[in-house]
Amino acid sequence: MKTISIILVMLFSSIGHAIDNGPAFTNETLQLRYEKIIAEVRCLVCQNQSIKSSNVFLAVDLRNEIKRLLSIGKTDKEIANYLVERYGEFVLYRPRFSGGRIFLWLAPAAFLLAGFFMIVNIVRKKTLLLPTQNND
Amino acid sequence: MKKKYLPIIVFVIMLPIFFIGLSRNKSELPSPLIGKVSPSFVLPSLINPSVIIDQTNLKGRFVLFNVWATWCAGCREEHEFLMNLSARNEIAIIGLNWRDNRDDALNWLDTLGNPYEVTAEDKQGRTAIDWGVYGAPETFLINPQGVIVYKHLGPLTERDWMMHFKPFLSINSI
Repeated sequence: MKTISIILVMLFSSIGHAIDNGPAFTNETLQLRYEKIIAEVRCLVCQNQSIKSSNVFLAVDLRNEIKRLLSIGKTDKEIANYLVERYGEFVLYRPRFSGGRIFLWLAPAAFLLAGFFMIVNIVRKKTLLLPTQNND
Repeated sequence: MKKKYLPIIVFVIMLPIFFIGLSRNKSELPSPLIGKVSPSFVLPSLINPSVIIDQTNLKGRFVLFNVWATWCAGCREEHEFLMNLSARNEIAIIGLNWRDNRDDALNWLDTLGNPYEVTAEDKQGRTAIDWGVYGAPETFLINPQGVIVYKHLGPLTERDWMMHFKPFLSINSI
């Protein structure tokens, strides 16, 4: 029982919190927004890790900067723009729906649609061929 | 008949897209700051903290804005070239000492030489964020209008200077 609870504590203790010491905000909604934003910002030094889970000082600096922007009342969108203006689109894990990135968002649907029409086309052709085959 | 060639046509179109995409160095990100006026900053000089360094130090001529720190191995690597370049008087080099220990930084300049006209001390790393710096050394080329025209990541070499920086200087002098 004791072992299980230790394992459970080890498993879940790190979840939900950035590696800052304690929460960044006492205000819960601000803290939630903060957690959400930093989980979606790429740490550029340690790529493929979000700045939420990195302790490289640039990640620490960026978290502090996001904290500052949140505390002066910037919106999530303004914060995303702030980061993109400096580091480029790559800093965000989720590409925004604008410019050339629209292709990224629409491509899967477009390919699916293209595939659907190809199937319709093939099936239609095959069914048109059937009567002639019967005549042979 | 035409349909038979469709996959080949698609393949030929995709080929250069993948070729460009795969040959790009993923750790080198294009800076969104290129073509824009350099971000404003107000920082103390590393050597003489009572002197304030800001954008006016960058304007009116071509300037290399070099981000360095003593903890950065690549900076040590490029230092000799920067010394060499500053001795040639081809361009003013302005340093940004990023998130460093002041004593270490001063010691570095004393022992290895100081290629910089001035070095701004960015202890908190706020200016570095505004410049989109994510790994030292980084070197920006700023034109006389104060616009960033090129950014180099990693240690600067003679070859990089000749290939990517020098051409900007000669275009302007014509």
